[in-house]
Amino acid sequence: MRIVLSIATDALAYGMVLFIISIGLSIMMGLMRVVNLAHGAFAMIGGYLASYAIRDLNAPYGLAILIAVIGAIVVSIPFEALLYRRIYRKSDPLIQVLMTIGITFVIIGVVNYIFGPSLKSIPLPNALSGPLDIGFRMVPTHRVFVIACGLITALLLWLLIEKTEFGIKLRASVDHSDMADALGIRTEIIYAVTFALAIGLGAFGGVVGAEILPIEPFYALRYMVTFLVVVSVGGAGSITGALSASLLLGLADTTGKYLAPEFGEFFFYLTVIIIVFLFPRGLFGRSHA
Amino acid sequence: MTELFKARNISLAFGGLRVAQDVSFKLAAGDRVALIGPNGAGKTTLVNLMTGDLAPGNGRFTMAGDDITGFSIAERVRRGLVRTFQTTRLFQTLTVADNVALAIMQRRRITRRVFSAATERPDVRAEWLEILALLGLDRLAYRQVVELAYGQQRLIELAIGLALHPKVLLLDEPAAGVPHDEAPKILEAIDRLPPDIAVLMIEHDMDLVFKFAKRVLVLAAGRLIFEGAPSDVTADHEVRRAYLGSYADARSAS
Amino acid sequence: MSDSATPAPPRGLPMIPEASGALAIIGLGAIGYFLFPDDLAFLTRLIGITLLVLSLDLVTGYCGVATLGHAAQFGVAAYAAGIACVRGVTDPIALLGVGLVAGTMMGLISGALITRFRGLPQLVLSIAVGQLVAALANKLSWLTGGSDGLSGITPGKVFGLYGFDMYSRTAFLFSLGVLLIVFVVLSRFVRSPFGLMCRGIKDDDLRARMIGVSIYPRLVVMYGVSGAVAGLGGALTAISTGVVGLDSVSFERSAEVLVMLVLGGAGHLWGALAGALIFQIFEHIVAAANPFHWMMLVGLLLIGIVVFAPRGLIAPVMALATRLARKGDA
Repeated sequence: MRIVLSIATDALAYGMVLFIISIGLSIMMGLMRVVNLAHGAFAMIGGYLASYAIRDLNAPYGLAILIAVIGAIVVSIPFEALLYRRIYRKSDPLIQVLMTIGITFVIIGVVNYIFGPSLKSIPLPNALSGPLDIGFRMVPTHRVFVIACGLITALLLWLLIEKTEFGIKLRASVDHSDMADALGIRTEIIYAVTFALAIGLGAFGGVVGAEILPIEPFYALRYMVTFLVVVSVGGAGSITGALSASLLLGLADTTGKYLAPEFGEFFFYLTVIIIVFLFPRGLFGRSHA
Repeated sequence: MTELFKARNISLAFGGLRVAQDVSFKLAAGDRVALIGPNGAGKTTLVNLMTGDLAPGNGRFTMAGDDITGFSIAERVRRGLVRTFQTTRLFQTLTVADNVALAIMQRRRITRRVFSAATERPDVRAEWLEILALLGLDRLAYRQVVELAYGQQRLIELAIGLALHPKVLLLDEPAAGVPHDEAPKILEAIDRLPPDIAVLMIEHDMDLVFKFAKRVLVLAAGRLIFEGAPSDVTADHEVRRAYLGSYADARSAS
Repeated sequence: MSDSATPAPPRGLPMIPEASGALAIIGLGAIGYFLFPDDLAFLTRLIGITLLVLSLDLVTGYCGVATLGHAAQFGVAAYAAGIACVRGVTDPIALLGVGLVAGTMMGLISGALITRFRGLPQLVLSIAVGQLVAALANKLSWLTGGSDGLSGITPGKVFGLYGFDMYSRTAFLFSLGVLLIVFVVLSRFVRSPFGLMCRGIKDDDLRARMIGVSIYPRLVVMYGVSGAVAGLGGALTAISTGVVGLDSVSFERSAEVLVMLVLGGAGHLWGALAGALIFQIFEHIVAAANPFHWMMLVGLLLIGIVVFAPRGLIAPVMALATRLARKGDA
């Protein structure tokens, strides 16, 4: 029973980290159809900035998150304007893959040049470290915090997309890009805002998930594939899809590690192959005409 | 005449829009049929259904008596059902000769060979040279398709169709976009097709329809509303109605 | 251009591409052997990876399959040859055969999964297959040595005559010979009806189906051939270095060879050869100094290639060669 609960908590927390980081990528891939392998690189920038803010500037945790999110977005703007815009929607996946691998390498090189090639811890405030009593047993507070962050992110995104003017335009652009142009929706602005939103979410996830996915020099490369896989399994552009894929893959990975640790990521990728083979557009993907 | 192809009660709907409704017709050996109709009538959709690019919601296709409704695109082509595309779909980075040679080699089942020569095999070369010469394309043989003008690409579409030795040939607006001085080459090439094959041509140019067709099918809002001789088509009441802007009525009436 | 009724074929003698490929490889090999005798171990590894790049070119350059898991074919063959050698099969030619068969099998399996789809699902499946193999290589440590790597691979003499020496002379010449044969065979293969049809499928798969081609079996077969070439590369690397590590099946290896291919120019065997050569020599020099500078450089290079020369470095060279050939005809 205890092991089941441990697996459940860890799987849920891991799944939520995957969700927070990947949902931005998912929206971006649904709307702009760009396979962005550099998404993790922007999450990494967020992590490095937060670590720097807390350890060198003594900033409180909340402020560090804010610095990380805004900082990552600011860094991403030139990349969006100069490079990503070229490959929205029209390019074949190979070109997108190559360009975004290139961007990842550049970011890894620059970040390690500036901050030094070592593991960057993001110290948690006292309120989030240590165990938390949830009535019948103790769980790490940080896990609960991450799960809450994931749920709040999902809720806010749902509200944004379903209930706001921006959300309506976003959905219109995803479903009928040509129509959106005809209706006078400025798609390039929608794209830019969505890109910033995606990067911000990535950075946020990078910081709050640092206990589970540690920030280190090759973070962007190590998890490059993981985030893409989550989106692909869930279906690009779907919040429900990204959430369920994150939880499912989190569960597959965590269970595998608990029950058969030497199998490593075997279960994770076996699950991926089966799902993608059965649902090539993802669990909740929509077909694009 | 021997029946080569039959469509029986073909229907297809996209969402609420019925793009094919209970369409039935036959193509026999030697047939020269024009398929006409207003824009949006579903002509290209019908061709896509025939070739297997789309699956019908209802109805069956047969070729020489065999049901081919469940066949893949490639299987239908191997049985002799060949089409050309309205917007050219060619192997853009290959040469003109390669494009035609691939069709020839595929027909002759030699594209699985991994060490023999390809386009320059003497027998293959002789054949594509002949087809390209017929269409006046021979001097462009070693140019990449992507370098060529649109009209020339349309002619290559036809060249590939000819190279496959079809039994039933579907031509989707073969003359659209072809410059005036080259258009006669298309008609000439069609004239020289073996007399025992069936040709179905989608065409807007009525001059060309009258020159080519012995029989006309008129499609409006996914329904076949006329089948008969070219000389009768302009007199037909329903055809006039369909072309004179009552396309919307035809759809709601059905 | 001439206006005569019968166009002349653009090439002269039929064996020219094969012959020039062979000459180029012998020439480059001679430069390596005589001018850089201290770097033969590195150059031998370079040849192994070059075979993997050629293999990738067959599926990515000639068939348009976007894959980030191609190291699987290479790695599985390297492990197969290594394990066979440790367990007593020491004849280098036999070990190459083991690698060839293992690579082909892995290629067919990968191809059957990956080429079912296009676009994103294809890419993700290629990654997942590659990672699955990597996870297995790590897990089956009783067989593969796990994260310590498989060591103790001591092959016998080539043809029973030439033993592997500490200066890697035998290994280098043996690898060069394999590369030479593979390149010549592939030059022929890519210009065959089968190879031409694959290029057609890459250009427009609907058009290919509309001339009667069933494309899925062809792509799977091409993957098998590609796996065979990668398998030779993997077996060579295992034989000549004496160890097989997890890096040989890693995602990084897959990504790196894709970069090499695109740098040189996908869709040309010459492009694959040039890309593999240039990338690895620069890597050898720069990465040793500072791996992060090297990554940044590669990143900038990739972005530059995509923006300014999407057809790779070989494209302008090929265009020049074609122009010279046309001038020669006139």
